[in-house]
Amino acid sequence: MDRLLSGPALAAGAESFAAHQQRFGPLSSGAAPSLIGRLEANNLLGRGGAGFPVARKWRAVAERANGKGVVLANGAEGEPLSLKDRTLMGTRPHLVIDGAVLAAHAVGADDIVFYVGREHGAADAAMRHGLMERSAELRGRARLIQAPNGYVAGEESAAVHFINAGDPRPTTTPPRPFERGVGGRPTLVQNVESLAATALVARGDDAGTSLVTLSGAVRRAGVREIGLDATLAEVAASAGGLARPVQAVLLGGYFGGWAGINDVWARPLAPASLRARGHAFGCGVLHFLPEETCGVDATARIIGYLASQSARQCGPCLFGLGAIDAACRRLARRAAKPDDLKRLSRWSGELDGRGACKHPDGAVGLLRSALGVFADDYAAHQRGVCLRSAPLVGRPLAMAEAVA
Amino acid sequence: MREQLQIDRIRCDGHGLCAELLPEVVALDDWGYPIIKAGTIAPALVEHARQAVDACPVLALKLARLAER
Repeated sequence: MDRLLSGPALAAGAESFAAHQQRFGPLSSGAAPSLIGRLEANNLLGRGGAGFPVARKWRAVAERANGKGVVLANGAEGEPLSLKDRTLMGTRPHLVIDGAVLAAHAVGADDIVFYVGREHGAADAAMRHGLMERSAELRGRARLIQAPNGYVAGEESAAVHFINAGDPRPTTTPPRPFERGVGGRPTLVQNVESLAATALVARGDDAGTSLVTLSGAVRRAGVREIGLDATLAEVAASAGGLARPVQAVLLGGYFGGWAGINDVWARPLAPASLRARGHAFGCGVLHFLPEETCGVDATARIIGYLASQSARQCGPCLFGLGAIDAACRRLARRAAKPDDLKRLSRWSGELDGRGACKHPDGAVGLLRSALGVFADDYAAHQRGVCLRSAPLVGRPLAMAEAVA
Repeated sequence: MREQLQIDRIRCDGHGLCAELLPEVVALDDWGYPIIKAGTIAPALVEHARQAVDACPVLALKLARLAER
C-alpha cells in the first residue's frame, strides 16, 4: 500500500530530486489554488497526533497571512515509539519539501522552516541535502532548524517559541501560532507526513494511506504504510504477525491510549473508526503488549517518561503528573499506599485543560485508558499481587527496532 | 454580557486567593492550584469574580467577555 514510501528501497536512503521528479513529475503550479478544497474533499487529517483537519488549518492561516505567513514543517518527532517522521524525511525528503512549497503557496507564506529533531541525524542530513538540490529561489525562502530533544519541543507553541527565542517550552495561548507565530506572523505548523500527503493529493492521490510505527510483540517491528481501511489484524499480518499472544495495544503513542486487543483487532484503523470506540489514531504508533507483560508496569514507564518531560511551567502538570508518576511507580512495585488506586482514578479526571499546552491532558488520557484496560491488574497490584508472569520492572518498554 | 474566568497557567503559582474569594467557581486541587468550573460566570457573581481577578498576586486571572451568539 505504498504511496508516501513508494519508489526505491528505504534502505537505499534519501531519494534524489532527479529520481523524485522522474517518478512524480514536476509540481504543477496550477495545483495550489484548488488544493485546499481537495484536501477538504479527501478529509486529510493531520498526522502529528492531534488529527486536526489539514484544510481548516490552512484556511485559518490563509485568512490572515496576506503573503507574509510562515510554514513550519514539524519533524521534531519526540514520541519515543514513533519513527515514521524521521523515516519519511530520511528517505523521501522531496515529498516533504513539495508539501511545504504547496502549503506556502496556498496559505500565502514567504518563509518555510523545516524543524527537524536534532537526534534524527539521517533525516536532518537528507532534508539539508534535499534543500541543496532545489532552486536558489526556494533555498532563499527556506531554512532548516534543529529541534531540541524532548517530548514537548514538538508542541506547536513550543516549536514557535524555540524558533523565535531559543526556548522550547510551550507558551500561553491565545494567540495561537496561526494568529501570531514565527516572527509574530501567521504560521502554519504542520507535521511533515501531513505535508508529504498534500504533495500526493496535489497529484491526484486520495490521502487514503498513513504511516505507522509498529513495536512490541510483532515479528517485524518498524515503519509501514497502511491503507486507512486496513484492520489492525491485517496490519499485524503485514508485519509478519504477532510474535506472542497479545493482550492490549497502545494506539497513538504516549499521548494515545491502551485498547484491549479484542476491542480493536478486527477494526479498521481509520481515525473515525477508532474514535467511535473511544480510541485515537494519533501519530500512528501501534505497540503490542504481550499477555505475560504487566500493563501496570508498562504504564508506569510511560507515565514516568511523560512526567519527566513536563516543561515544569504549570503547577497542575508539574505537581499533578509528579504525584501520578509516584503513585504509578508504587503500584508497579506492588508497594502501593492504601489510597493510591483511588487517588489515581480521581487525579486522572482533574488535569484536563489545566496546562498551557495539552501535555497533562495527554498523560491523563493514557492513564484513564490503562485504568480501564488493566483494571484487574491495577486492583491486584493495589493488593500487592501481580497477575502476569513477566513484570517489566527495571526494563524499558520494548521500543521500535531499526527502520524496516 | 457573558463573562468567563480565564487563567494563565504558566503565571499561576497556586496562591489560592481566587478560591477564597470565589468558592462558587474556583476549587483547589491537591497541590493548591485552581480548578475552574466550566461555563460563564453567573451575573450575581461577576463582582466577586472581578475582585478575585484583582486580588491575584501574579495577575494570572482575567475575566474574558464572550461574544454574544
